[in-house]
Amino acid sequence: MQAVSPYRDAVDIILEEGGDPLKLCYQCGLCSGTCPWNLVRSFPVRRMIHEAQLGVVDFEDEDVWTCVACRFCVQRCPRGVAVPDIMRALRRVIVEVGTGKVPDSLRLTMKNISGVGNPLGEPQEKRTDWAKDLEVKTYTKGTEILYFPCCLQVYDPSFQRVARATVNILKKANVDFGILDGSLVCCGESVRKAGAESIFQNLAQTNINLFNETGVSKIVVTSPHCYNTFKNEYPGFGGNFEVIHFSQYLPQLIREGRLKFTKELNKKVTYHDSCCLGRYAGIYDEPRQVLGSIPGLEMVEMRDYRENSLCCGGCAGRLWMETKKGERFSDLRIEQAIEAGASIVAVACPYCMLNFEDSVLTTGKSELLEIRDISELVQEAI
Amino acid sequence: MSKDERRIGVYICHCGSNIAGTVDVAEVTKFAAGLDSVVVARDYKFVCSDPGQELIKQDIKEHGLNRVVVASCSPRMHEVTFRRVCQEAGLNPYLYEMANIREHCSWITEDHGEATEKAKALVSAAVMKVYYHEPLETKEVPVKPNVLIVGGGIAGSQAALEIADSEHQVYLVEREPSIGGHMAQLDKTFPTLDCSSCILTPKMSSVGSHPYIKLLTYSEVEEVSGYVGNFKVKIRKKARYVDEDKCTACGVCMEKCPYKADSEFEAGLAKRKAIYIPFPQAVPNVPVIDRELCVYFKTGKCRACEKFCEAGAVNFEQEDQIVEVEVGAIILSTGYNAFDPSPITQYGYKRFDNVLTGLEFERLCSAVGPTSGKIVLKDGTEPESVAIIHCVGSRDENYHKYCSRVCCMYGLKFSHLIKEKTDAEVYQMYIDMRCFGKGYEEFYQRLSEEGVNFVRGKVAEVTDRPINEEEQGKLIVVAEDTLLGKIIRVPVDMVILCTALEPQPDAEAVARLFSVTRSADGFFLERHPKLDPVATTTDGVFVVGCCQGPKDIPDTVAQASAAAARALAMISKGKVESEAATSVIDEELCAGCKTCIMLCPYSAISFDEEEKVSRINEALCKGCGVCAAACPGGAITSRHFTTEEITAEIEGVLV
Repeated sequence: MQAVSPYRDAVDIILEEGGDPLKLCYQCGLCSGTCPWNLVRSFPVRRMIHEAQLGVVDFEDEDVWTCVACRFCVQRCPRGVAVPDIMRALRRVIVEVGTGKVPDSLRLTMKNISGVGNPLGEPQEKRTDWAKDLEVKTYTKGTEILYFPCCLQVYDPSFQRVARATVNILKKANVDFGILDGSLVCCGESVRKAGAESIFQNLAQTNINLFNETGVSKIVVTSPHCYNTFKNEYPGFGGNFEVIHFSQYLPQLIREGRLKFTKELNKKVTYHDSCCLGRYAGIYDEPRQVLGSIPGLEMVEMRDYRENSLCCGGCAGRLWMETKKGERFSDLRIEQAIEAGASIVAVACPYCMLNFEDSVLTTGKSELLEIRDISELVQEAI
Repeated sequence: MSKDERRIGVYICHCGSNIAGTVDVAEVTKFAAGLDSVVVARDYKFVCSDPGQELIKQDIKEHGLNRVVVASCSPRMHEVTFRRVCQEAGLNPYLYEMANIREHCSWITEDHGEATEKAKALVSAAVMKVYYHEPLETKEVPVKPNVLIVGGGIAGSQAALEIADSEHQVYLVEREPSIGGHMAQLDKTFPTLDCSSCILTPKMSSVGSHPYIKLLTYSEVEEVSGYVGNFKVKIRKKARYVDEDKCTACGVCMEKCPYKADSEFEAGLAKRKAIYIPFPQAVPNVPVIDRELCVYFKTGKCRACEKFCEAGAVNFEQEDQIVEVEVGAIILSTGYNAFDPSPITQYGYKRFDNVLTGLEFERLCSAVGPTSGKIVLKDGTEPESVAIIHCVGSRDENYHKYCSRVCCMYGLKFSHLIKEKTDAEVYQMYIDMRCFGKGYEEFYQRLSEEGVNFVRGKVAEVTDRPINEEEQGKLIVVAEDTLLGKIIRVPVDMVILCTALEPQPDAEAVARLFSVTRSADGFFLERHPKLDPVATTTDGVFVVGCCQGPKDIPDTVAQASAAAARALAMISKGKVESEAATSVIDEELCAGCKTCIMLCPYSAISFDEEEKVSRINEALCKGCGVCAAACPGGAITSRHFTTEEITAEIEGVLV
């Protein structure tokens, strides 16, 4: 028999690192039963929370890094326990106190973000290269909107198309907007969820200072991760801005008649609710509204949608970690899309896009399914 | 000692460590002793105790005190106690003032220094105020010797019988066509498994035939006015369209009626007609016509029931009646509403045929229910396995935070009934088994012996998507068995949801009608959770049963008897003391603007057309002070809260 003793100091550290919801859990196990990991393997969420409550945490256990922070369990938890916050606290203890080991791939990403301000390790001065030929003005005081694309949409050639489509649409709608140069850094969402609190705070401060110095008040983003971080986490560090996800802005542009569809898009499209836009921000209707207004486009829903959407598996730093084949939620999601009869999966999040494109390729479904951002589809129809 | 000299005694209570643990009582006492007109200041462990009370009485006599301040708990707790102490020592009880240094100070202030300073300020305020107190006289008001009971479930029926047996008149108002409430729907009752009807129906018929109970079914209270001892109540007796005196309950009308709707009594598992008796043992056993459904009321044609009624009891011309009664006390026993689990979409209620609520399953078990007591699936076959899901809508902040207190036990009862009537495997999906009542733990043990499976974990979902051969055609209940630490999938034929008990949908309106308050969970609030569990903050209005919070039958019946005792004590005494701290109008200053009349919540002010002034009926006035605050001419004084007293109190607190 292996006996363990409660270690109150560990509990105190976890609580201090933001694991406060821990106290509320009454161990009903709903989180374990609801967790999407059940679709592919077991993940003992409830047990980990109880271990944390008593201070018998195994910080070497790789499951500390498993939670994708999709909030499916939080939505249903009878005590409103924010499980991702507890997982984040456990990771902070590892990263900040050094009680365990950060997975290699994640450590590399953290290093990139802390060193050059983006997860891909690309040079900062190339941050605006994607827009070189688009004649986008630099944001200056008095410009109505700052467009802030995700690092992936800035640096990764396969996702720059989203940022470019966004710019084209904003121009077509005569929106007064600008972008900022290479001194901007990653919003910091994934490093924070991965436990690297001090890196996050540096990033947040850099961006907030820059936004404040240049007089930014309204920001349009094309990643729900940037959206939640700017909107809900930056105010804690002195950054108060109006933040709009592009899928919220599009209905307004359409309503005001600034965007008009001129072409038909005769495709069956299903929309994937990303966790960060759906369960985190409650934005379910606007993206569907936009897609529904595109002429010719037929909307179909997947088996799990809106509040019950299946996570792509990319949040909370998981995007930067290797997930074994057979354990990828995105593979299952692709199957759901095909089952629904869609030929296009519309997304509003670069992480979902990356995971789905990867799944379509590795499962040999590229013939059947295209992964497109909402902005791309809108661009095609105007 | 001149007649006007103020001699004030101040008593600082430790309340054990409740106050003394935070407030430096010795320092506060020293401070109080130095205040103007304070003759004696003492601190004591528990001033409310007998020796504490004796201390005050002695000081009144020995030191000739003519004003008393006790700094202790809330006046809601002990104002009555200390007023009585003053009175017993020959002092007018209104020459007393209370400083609340517990709820308003020691309990909510962490810093000891700050708490002590605050206690001093509160004591100073009370001393300054009591200086101006005047003796006031209470009056006695006669009490109407009868009681109104609202709601005729087991709670209301029990209370009605207790009171009526003492030969006091009871008016029992029930909204539905029959009394009986939810208990009438139940099959067996835990933990003794006696048949619910067998123990309830004798009580129901006693209620129906009791000479001291006036039963008003299919009726609702519309208006309540007056005050403790003298409530005036307006009741709408809805038209049944059947003459209660002529009807012989032969049932021909129901046979002939061509229209059907879901039976409320059968929880929607069976149909009833547009003219119907809710269930065979209904009291009164007289049908009612559902106006919404009856084709005659819609199209003007049919009247089949009338044609076939030999007694000539059907009367389409009947109209609602307004019944007015005057009562001394009111008991609310309006019951609960069963939580609708359809918003918890992952449990599949209304999506899957064989997912039932607890009440639906009760009807399924009942020998007089839609299946004559056979436990069967929608297709008529017997289930081979059943899962019982606990805490559906309870202990869940997405729905109701509280525990519904009966589900563990009725869940166990269901497993017994299933085991008794079928060969099915039973799975109890529970979070914590709460079997606290007398004989409950023993019942739990008995069910364990009967071979029920217990799975500890809140169910994540009920699905019809199989992942293996065994799950084909089944409902699969998914949960983490938290004791195994594994996700388990239980394939079953039937799922029973132990749904929460929640406040009635109109609880807010009823609370307003009877001037009772509600707790955060929406149930009616008792005056004190331990020491005054059936009274409310409105004198003369009592609450019993599930309208006050979820409870089982034994607790409900006990509470009903308790409320009956309280109501009886009040009405048999024959009188209540009226508030002495009422408002008074200086007729010289009254301009006759009637502002006060419009604002008075107790309709205590009337207008003298001849003198053109407002007058306050002191028997009706509760001393709330609204009129005094609103009077533009400053003509109204609120006794015990005069401008002089309040100004002094403010000055005192600012010391």
